Amino acid sequence: MTPKVHAQSDDFDVWIEAGQPNKHYWSELWHYRDLFLLLTWRNVAVRYKQTVAGTAWALLQPLLSLVVLTVVFGKVAGLPTEGGAPYALMIIAGLLPWQFFSSALTSGTQSIVSSSSLISKVYFPRIIVPSSAILASLVDFFVSCLILVALMVWYAFWPGWRLLALPFLVLLAMLAAIGPCLILAALAVRYRDVNFVVPFIIQFGLYVSPVAYSSSVIREKFGEGAFLAYSLNPMVGVIDAFRWAVLGTETLHGWGPGLSLTVAVVLFVWGLAYFRRAERAFADVI
Amino acid sequence: MTADVIRVERLSKKYILGEQGAGKRGLRHVIEDFVRTPSLRHRRPTRPQHDNELYALDDVSFGVERGDVFGIVGRNGSGKSTLLKILSRITEPTRGRIGIKGRVASLLEVGTGFHPELTGRENTYLNGAILGMTRAQITRRFDEIVAFAEIERFLDTPVKRYSSGMYLRLAFAVAAHLESELIVLDEVLAVGDAAFQQKCMNKMDEIAHSEGRTVLFVSHNMGAVQRLCRTALLLERGKVRRIGKPADVVVDYLSLDAELPSGIGQRSGPAGLAIEVQSSAGRAGRSVYMGEPLKLVVTLDVDAPVRNASVGIGIEAPSGERVVTFDTTLQHRESWGVERRAQLIVDWPECLLCPGTYRFVAALYDNGVDLARWYDAGRLTVLEADYFGTNQVPDARHQGRVFSKARWHITECLPD
Repeated sequence: MTPKVHAQSDDFDVWIEAGQPNKHYWSELWHYRDLFLLLTWRNVAVRYKQTVAGTAWALLQPLLSLVVLTVVFGKVAGLPTEGGAPYALMIIAGLLPWQFFSSALTSGTQSIVSSSSLISKVYFPRIIVPSSAILASLVDFFVSCLILVALMVWYAFWPGWRLLALPFLVLLAMLAAIGPCLILAALAVRYRDVNFVVPFIIQFGLYVSPVAYSSSVIREKFGEGAFLAYSLNPMVGVIDAFRWAVLGTETLHGWGPGLSLTVAVVLFVWGLAYFRRAERAFADVI
Repeated sequence: MTADVIRVERLSKKYILGEQGAGKRGLRHVIEDFVRTPSLRHRRPTRPQHDNELYALDDVSFGVERGDVFGIVGRNGSGKSTLLKILSRITEPTRGRIGIKGRVASLLEVGTGFHPELTGRENTYLNGAILGMTRAQITRRFDEIVAFAEIERFLDTPVKRYSSGMYLRLAFAVAAHLESELIVLDEVLAVGDAAFQQKCMNKMDEIAHSEGRTVLFVSHNMGAVQRLCRTALLLERGKVRRIGKPADVVVDYLSLDAELPSGIGQRSGPAGLAIEVQSSAGRAGRSVYMGEPLKLVVTLDVDAPVRNASVGIGIEAPSGERVVTFDTTLQHRESWGVERRAQLIVDWPECLLCPGTYRFVAALYDNGVDLARWYDAGRLTVLEADYFGTNQVPDARHQGRVFSKARWHITECLPD
């Protein structure tokens, strides 16, 4: 045991010690706020400087998905839309948060490993790296929101003042993304094959989230119990809330949305705790 | 009661060999192990064996007072960089602890986070933020940084178009303008061409001597340690070998050098080579005093006989610049060959190199055709000495690459 002489310990600002949680974690994070914004800006700037299409790419991807999903699920499978909203509008209201989630998950998971030179040479709160990757995905999200606006104009669709809830719902989508991101990013440092797991999660997630169809289909076909189980996927609540705001329909039913939110919060708290424990060894194993 | 601003208490850092370079072991393997091992008792498959453990730091304790310029010396692998990494909070200690008053700024590496697509201005802000500066702090010192790096005209050019010299200058400039009371400096930071290296060293002197700052300075340059530091610490295999006056610690460091097996044979293709440095006093080791006669004992092993051999030995400054070359084709008249092994002795009557650490490079030719090359065939440290016999130890920083004796004839010209 190391003798601890508390009378003397007190006049040091920081004790660097094994396994000790950082007492100044949050104030330090605040000190590095500019780094957070600059890293986000770098992620965005580099992507838009390097690709020829730039903005066009952020529009093209959701646009093509929109066309395919509308044709396959709306026309071919003939699934019902939500309320009176056009099928394409219902799709885009789900597709936007989903694509944000999947791109945040992909870039967030890789973020720590791809910044290994930073991690092993400089100290700063590590959580800035995945968080800024997520924030950078948000920029793409805003760009692709142009499609939503265009579609609303095209269909002359006005959902009402619920639209004002959108900024809050964007925060909700970020909350849903950050928990899984932190866990996967920390795991990816130790186990590189995590990077192969993520595309699978995204592919699988597309089907178990109400992206291509309305979640009311699940409730009507399989009943309330199954719907609650379905709502364990936090993106179910997020997407339904988006549709509630954008389409003006009554998609939010029962305990489902609350359950989704709870799962998102639990994942976030767990992810943060896991990340903070794992980050101490990042420099040693990266 | 001392006014320690850094107190290191019984600090140890254990590495488990084979654990680094992660990624070889995937999540897949963990799952496999989990499936294969049926009973819970047998799980935890790869508990590290004790012989895999390496203590990079082993029970290290010391204190650094406010305003001190504290030198840390030791051979490669002695734990210097591990200590710096723990101090900079990049990695955690295994045992023990460090108490710190104030904020630590670390200059272990320049240019981290530089992105080739971004401009000089953008990278300055990004890199500054990575090193812990706020945007306001960077803005305040921006002009100073740019002036120091001498890149005014290229501020808005992406750094991928910079020459390597410009790139390094900017990188160093950002790091050198950090504001903090506690600063950790690594001497390898002095980068770029000779003139800029000089500027870097001067800047470090300035940082080290600025009022109220506490500086930890890691260096292989014993001259710099003696010149800059007030206290020095010698690490050897993760343990504190000595703490005290820089002059005493440097003597210890050099004696440590002599204990080294002085040449370790290195393979390159079909040949192996070892260079041993022998100074006039018969001291084997890697260090000589300036002006001292010097022997390089070169041992050469070849897999197949070389009939018409020639060997070149170059000495390079840390910047990579070749200072001098010894070459058998030019300096040795008779042709020679090697059957299996040969010993070549280069007798240098006077080591004219300026104090500093140099690197040997070597090449072996057969009939003028390259057989093997060694890009890092050993080190040579040249120490400061009263070479001119004028009771003065020259300051190596301002004297170029080589010294030479010369006679001065000074006559006063009286006005007619």
